[in-house]
Amino acid sequence: MEALLVTDVSKRYADHTALDKVSLSIPEKTIFGLLGPNGAGKTTLIRIVNQIINRDEGEVLIFGEKLKPAHIEQIGYLPEERGLYKKMKVGDQLLYLAQLKGLSRKEALIRIKIWLEKFEIKDWWNKKVEDLSKGMAQKIQFISTVLHEPKLIILDEPFSGFDPVNAQLITEKILELRDNGSTIVFSTHRMETVESLCDHIALINKSKKILEGAKKQVKEQYRSNTFLVEHRGNHFSLPTDKYELKKQSVLEDDLYESTIQAKSGIKGNQLIRELVDVTEVFSFQEQLPSMADIFISLVRGEGDEALKKHLHEN
Amino acid sequence: MNKVWLIIQREFLIRVTKKSFLITTILVPLIIPVVIGGLIYVMVKESESAKPDTVMVVDESHQFTLDSTKNTKRFHFVSLDMKLEQAKKAYNETKDFALLYVPPFDISNPEGLVIYTQENPSIEKVGDLESILEERVRDLKLQEFKIDKEVLKNLKTKINLKQINLSKTGEEKTSNAGILYGMGFALGILIYIFVLVYGIQIMQGVIDEKTSRVVEIIVSSVKPFQLMLGKIVGIAAVGVVQFLIWIILITFLSTGVLGYFGLKMPQKQMMEEVSKKIKDDEIKQAVQQQQTQSNDKINEVLQNVNEIPFAKIAFVFVFYFLGGYLLYGALFAAVGSAVESIQESQQFQFPITLPLLIGYFGLFMFILRDPHGPVSFWLSVIPFTSPVAMVGRIAFDVPTWQLILSMLMLIGGFIFTTWVAGRIYRVGILMTGTKVNWKVMAKWFMMRE
Repeated sequence: MEALLVTDVSKRYADHTALDKVSLSIPEKTIFGLLGPNGAGKTTLIRIVNQIINRDEGEVLIFGEKLKPAHIEQIGYLPEERGLYKKMKVGDQLLYLAQLKGLSRKEALIRIKIWLEKFEIKDWWNKKVEDLSKGMAQKIQFISTVLHEPKLIILDEPFSGFDPVNAQLITEKILELRDNGSTIVFSTHRMETVESLCDHIALINKSKKILEGAKKQVKEQYRSNTFLVEHRGNHFSLPTDKYELKKQSVLEDDLYESTIQAKSGIKGNQLIRELVDVTEVFSFQEQLPSMADIFISLVRGEGDEALKKHLHEN
Repeated sequence: MNKVWLIIQREFLIRVTKKSFLITTILVPLIIPVVIGGLIYVMVKESESAKPDTVMVVDESHQFTLDSTKNTKRFHFVSLDMKLEQAKKAYNETKDFALLYVPPFDISNPEGLVIYTQENPSIEKVGDLESILEERVRDLKLQEFKIDKEVLKNLKTKINLKQINLSKTGEEKTSNAGILYGMGFALGILIYIFVLVYGIQIMQGVIDEKTSRVVEIIVSSVKPFQLMLGKIVGIAAVGVVQFLIWIILITFLSTGVLGYFGLKMPQKQMMEEVSKKIKDDEIKQAVQQQQTQSNDKINEVLQNVNEIPFAKIAFVFVFYFLGGYLLYGALFAAVGSAVESIQESQQFQFPITLPLLIGYFGLFMFILRDPHGPVSFWLSVIPFTSPVAMVGRIAFDVPTWQLILSMLMLIGGFIFTTWVAGRIYRVGILMTGTKVNWKVMAKWFMMRE
């Protein structure tokens, strides 16, 4: 079942269209990357799912049910522009936010203790938020997002404001939540996050979805049949009607790295077979396009063909 | 609904647990009795320590007999039997209040009386001295016309008009315009201040939530309208609690302070002193008479005060405070949602509080002067001005149908402003970095959900 199924959702304001018939399908128990440049409409979509604003058209199903107010208790939302009540104490604040999400006071108290222990910040209970550093406040914010054990967690740029150590800590917690059955939606520009964490992605640009799918498949879709080979000696040649040597560089002494693009229809295995006859191969791997490459090319408004060409040239 | 309750609780608790709340809640009622007590204390001390001023008199007319038996409470007269020039020198060596020179004069047209002083005397003192002299001249005239002083005294009559409102049912009610005026004045101003102070608190709260960005988290759990409502009601509760504490403390402390000084009220003390000094039976009698007269006056005032329907006024006051607060509070919330700082809010604050200000001025210009005139009627019925106007007018016996009409209008009024404000608020709180003016707000209001 889909954790979130968005069908033809549109949102128009007086002077512009924020979302134009966007459809998305976010599978359960995955980490989903919602990508797109600033102003593409990501936040609008997320706000619609969170019922902060209403859609003009289209349908949103959450775990198979039509979106209704009761669903907010199943969603954990960390907005990009986030904040806490500065004058409130950490403990009171978490308690308040958890109760607003429908937790009982008792239950909330137990869970807050567990989470504060997880982050080893038990003694922060009585600290005011204004006395915390930005990174510290972010931790509290993250806890407030997941405290009610939401089945769907929407994180808008979750790593901004974290140092690498804490970013790693948060990443671990996110994976833990996924393993425990939550579905996680990332909205981000950070491609390394997408590369390392996301199973599925969707790309929104200028109010429209322009790409969606499992990360592997997307990469597959944009593969250019290019291979990276480490080998000894460069005194060989491959049939030029089948292969093109894009780049060659010396690694050390007699060790070279070559980027070879095969004509379509020619598999990697065939290239290996031909290579082992002429040189000593140390490593062989297919060069897949990075998410960053795909993102940038698509957003620049280049079509699929142009993208492929762009990727081929690299 | 449960969530609105949570918001109300938070808004209430964070405010009443603040040190500043505690300080103002306790200090204000302390300050008021301290000020009252201080004033009374100074007055009492002054009247205790005030000695009569010595006035040297050079009387060349020999018509005045300003000797010590005729001394008044304020002045002590010393006759000098010397020429004016010598007297001036003598006077300059003393620290006495003044030197009075009386040349020979014509009773029907006394001229040439001079007062010499070392410092500029107060108008009040000069006036007092003049009236003493006038009285003395009058006595001389009475002698000349052979009129008995006693006869004249009997001719003088004092009349106190007792005011009675005759209602249509024929019931008689004593009224006292002075007390009603004072009450209307005080209550009207109180409402004005309360609505403004707590309205600005709402606005401040909304701005804080917006600028700290916590608002998006909150509205992912509750509807913006619920958040706005919770905030308004929570702060109203703070206001009511603060008001109640003030009333209790002020009543308690003022009673204590007045009780302490009450025994030594200046007037009473003065009369005691006077009656002690005066041996003359006749005068004593007159003083007693005067005393009973003034007691009558006090009783009358007390009786009037007793006839003012305090329970009704208190109820109306609380109703109009809450109504006015809700009506303007919603508008303040809308303004808070649109701006990003208090400074930025100034341009909107004045227009929304203008009707309140009109009510405030209307209170002085129309309601207190002519409580039942047409302008007073409209001011106390239109919901934007009625909180100040009706509370100012209520002491003057407003017809029940007018009161009910005004109350219904006020309820309708705050439902309307809350609805309007809610529509602006839901958009405003999520908008940052927009230059906001009335047109933009109107656009937000029209925006679909």
